[in-house]
Amino acid sequence: MYYVSMFIQYAGQYMKTRLQYRADVLVEIFSDFLFQAVNLIFILVVFGHTQSLSGWNQNEIIFIYGFFLIPFAIFGAFFNIWDFNERYIVKGEMDRILTRPIHSLFQITLERMELESLFGAVTGFAVMMYAGSQLDLPFYWHDPLVFILFTVGGVLVYAGIFIMIASISFYSDSRTSIMPMMYNIGNYGRYPVDIYNKAIRFVLTWILPFAFVGMYPAAYFLRKEEWYTYAFLTPVVGVAFFLIAVFVWNQGVKQYRGAGN
Amino acid sequence: MDKYIEMVRIRFLMMLAYRTNYYSGILIYSINIGAYFFLWSAIYGDKGNIQGLSVLQMSTYVAVAWMARAFYFNNIDREIALEIKEGKVAVELLRPYHYLGMKTMQAFGEGVFRLLFFSMPGMIFIAFVFPLEFPGNAATWIFFALSLVFSFIINTQINLLTGIMTFFLFNNDGLIRAKRVVVDLFSGLLLPISFYPGWAQGVMQYFPFQAISYVPNMIFTEAYKGNELLQALLYQGIWAILLLIPIQLLWMLAKKQMVIQGG
Repeated sequence: MYYVSMFIQYAGQYMKTRLQYRADVLVEIFSDFLFQAVNLIFILVVFGHTQSLSGWNQNEIIFIYGFFLIPFAIFGAFFNIWDFNERYIVKGEMDRILTRPIHSLFQITLERMELESLFGAVTGFAVMMYAGSQLDLPFYWHDPLVFILFTVGGVLVYAGIFIMIASISFYSDSRTSIMPMMYNIGNYGRYPVDIYNKAIRFVLTWILPFAFVGMYPAAYFLRKEEWYTYAFLTPVVGVAFFLIAVFVWNQGVKQYRGAGN
Repeated sequence: MDKYIEMVRIRFLMMLAYRTNYYSGILIYSINIGAYFFLWSAIYGDKGNIQGLSVLQMSTYVAVAWMARAFYFNNIDREIALEIKEGKVAVELLRPYHYLGMKTMQAFGEGVFRLLFFSMPGMIFIAFVFPLEFPGNAATWIFFALSLVFSFIINTQINLLTGIMTFFLFNNDGLIRAKRVVVDLFSGLLLPISFYPGWAQGVMQYFPFQAISYVPNMIFTEAYKGNELLQALLYQGIWAILLLIPIQLLWMLAKKQMVIQGG
């Protein structure tokens, strides 16, 4: 309960500070939108030259992309920790975090919230709905529930991976350039994994399980039965990765000796 | 001139101090290139050739595009924005050098570092893993190098412009992000320009972006030959000169209406 009220208070403060710089928020939403458009343009241009990608057609690929955007946007809004190393370790801000009464990771999450990213989920939903309507997909009463379950799973996968990478900073305080590139790798989860070779497929499924953020769960809604097992593993993998990440984080915090001042 | 060369040297040495994370960078870039390699293989399917590029040329294109990016890419827009926000720029302006020139030199030091410690070893590593086609012709390498210098200049100029915009917008993180996305797409990093529909190609001709990635990549894959190659280099050169105008104008305006935030 305490955590919920903390969250609401931080979110309220956040809205106030953001509304101070309205133009900035608009530009940021616009730049997110541009980012989403770029990927869509990529898909459209590619399908100008080919009919299918290993048996997946254009609308199916767009549908996967639309789905991917939703967990990705939620992740971006709440786990905006890509500059964790510079901001908290190099500058010594972590010391301040550790004096706070709530869990350090939750505290950082609250401080680094970027709620405007949530607009990405709206675009994603629209893209998915558009592609879905073109494909004439069947709809069942339980689909919204499955959708929520899979979205949460996807967010946890993303969060888990990035928390683990952030935790590296506790052990080595040199600057790492891993984070930004990891965002790029995250993108491969939104293409059908059967286009990759076995090694990459394995990495995207079990090591950096980005495929569980886009392609696997979306395959369920596309009614690709051969992928159902993977689709239903989404929440399991999400929870597992998140728990491991929190464990690694806690271990890291114990290691942390303080830097900066 | 000496002081600018000194800037290059200092930045190079600074980067050297942080070199360990570049090795992990090479690996991650390779994974990135690898994923694009499979994506393109799937896109090609059993088509031998799309828009004049074979599969082999395409994978070379992707590898070179990302490795060249390591050279021309820099964060000076972010650095300028930060220095403006923290008010440090006021001190910088008092120093006996041209602020923008100095930033460019720092970017160059960073670029040279990445070229030597990132792009070159990375390229060798990738060549072992994926089938690539290196140009056998010495002239191609020379034209490629020349073209890459232009890429650096034009990309840096665009970064300077975005950085200077902080004077007018105060907080331009959004703009910097938007710029990055636009450059990645319209420079030909993600998709060769020739893959776009004709009307889009027509529009893109009037922007400097394809001078950043598309031109050097096309030279490297030997898709440009003879006259076409010279025209492409000319296109880069013209943009490198043209972009000086808005930079100079904005810089003059910026100095006039500078508001130091804090500091």
